[in-house]
Amino acid sequence: MHGDKALFEYLLRLGDNCLILSQRLSEWCGHGPVVEEDIAVTNVALDLLGQARFWLSYAGEIEGRGRDEDQLAFLREAGEFRNALLVEQPNGHYGDTMARQFYFDAWHHLALQKLRDSKDPRIAEIAGKALKEVTYHLERSTDWIIRLGDGTEESHLRIQSALDDLWVYTGELFEMDTLDEEMLERGIGADFAALRRPWLQHVEKTFSEATVNVPRGEWMQRGGKRGLHTEKLGYLLAEMQFLQRAYPGAQW
Amino acid sequence: MSDWPLWEVFIRSQHGLAHKHVGSLHAPDAEMAMKNARDVYTRRNEGVSIWVVRSSDITASSPGEKEPLFEPANSKVYRHPTFYELPEEVKNL
Repeated sequence: MHGDKALFEYLLRLGDNCLILSQRLSEWCGHGPVVEEDIAVTNVALDLLGQARFWLSYAGEIEGRGRDEDQLAFLREAGEFRNALLVEQPNGHYGDTMARQFYFDAWHHLALQKLRDSKDPRIAEIAGKALKEVTYHLERSTDWIIRLGDGTEESHLRIQSALDDLWVYTGELFEMDTLDEEMLERGIGADFAALRRPWLQHVEKTFSEATVNVPRGEWMQRGGKRGLHTEKLGYLLAEMQFLQRAYPGAQW
Repeated sequence: MSDWPLWEVFIRSQHGLAHKHVGSLHAPDAEMAMKNARDVYTRRNEGVSIWVVRSSDITASSPGEKEPLFEPANSKVYRHPTFYELPEEVKNL
């Protein structure tokens, strides 16, 4: 399996989604709207960080050039990150954060169910473990969408606009490029395109309960999984990677 | 969110033991109180079961009534099961 470039890239995509979203969520640490929520959202951040470590460690092993999870997380440039554009979007207000989380969790939950059946035992194992955590993440973010949508007039307007704004970043999650096709053919990866229908079903069901509208835009932003990111990723990495950049190899 | 009611949280740490009060939190309703309790109080593997109860639903004894309530039991040592030997086989009594 040494130097399997396709598998390496694929693992970066899985790992970077978790890593970047985890970093975003951890920005709430100490700033949550209430202490209970502060703890809850950073719990999710920690779950995702744990998942990122599994994916990136495995990626490093597959690459076979001696890079470990830390080097992959802290010493890559923005253009080398393979996360979807959705997860790098800024936190905004709490509704924005929950809208982003909801779109992602709903996809993540479905994707992990498929990856749990991967022919690659390591991927199947990581996905199975992560799925338990993500089941709870999805329950939580779904609950928040309903509460904010079916809440006050103010919360309804703000969650609707958050869901509308992030909609353009959801299409990329279901995109199948040549790498995805190759991994699917090898029995390692998932058919992300096939997840769109069940994803939309969950979104529609939740939105109807939340009394918000499903955004109708068809045009979608894309590029994250090929390394073409929004400018926001650079700022995120500057903060996340600062210590290892300023003091290479620092440990404590 | 300051108008969210207060909830008392009880956790059972393992099967066979009773739920024990571990603290309190704010939440708008029972469902969210349950989720918050999970996130705030079971992060280190503390529990197998959670109860949440609205603090306002708890009737508590008044500290002012301490003497009439508890003092009488003080002088009745014969109520403690210390005057007979327990057989070895009886555990957790």
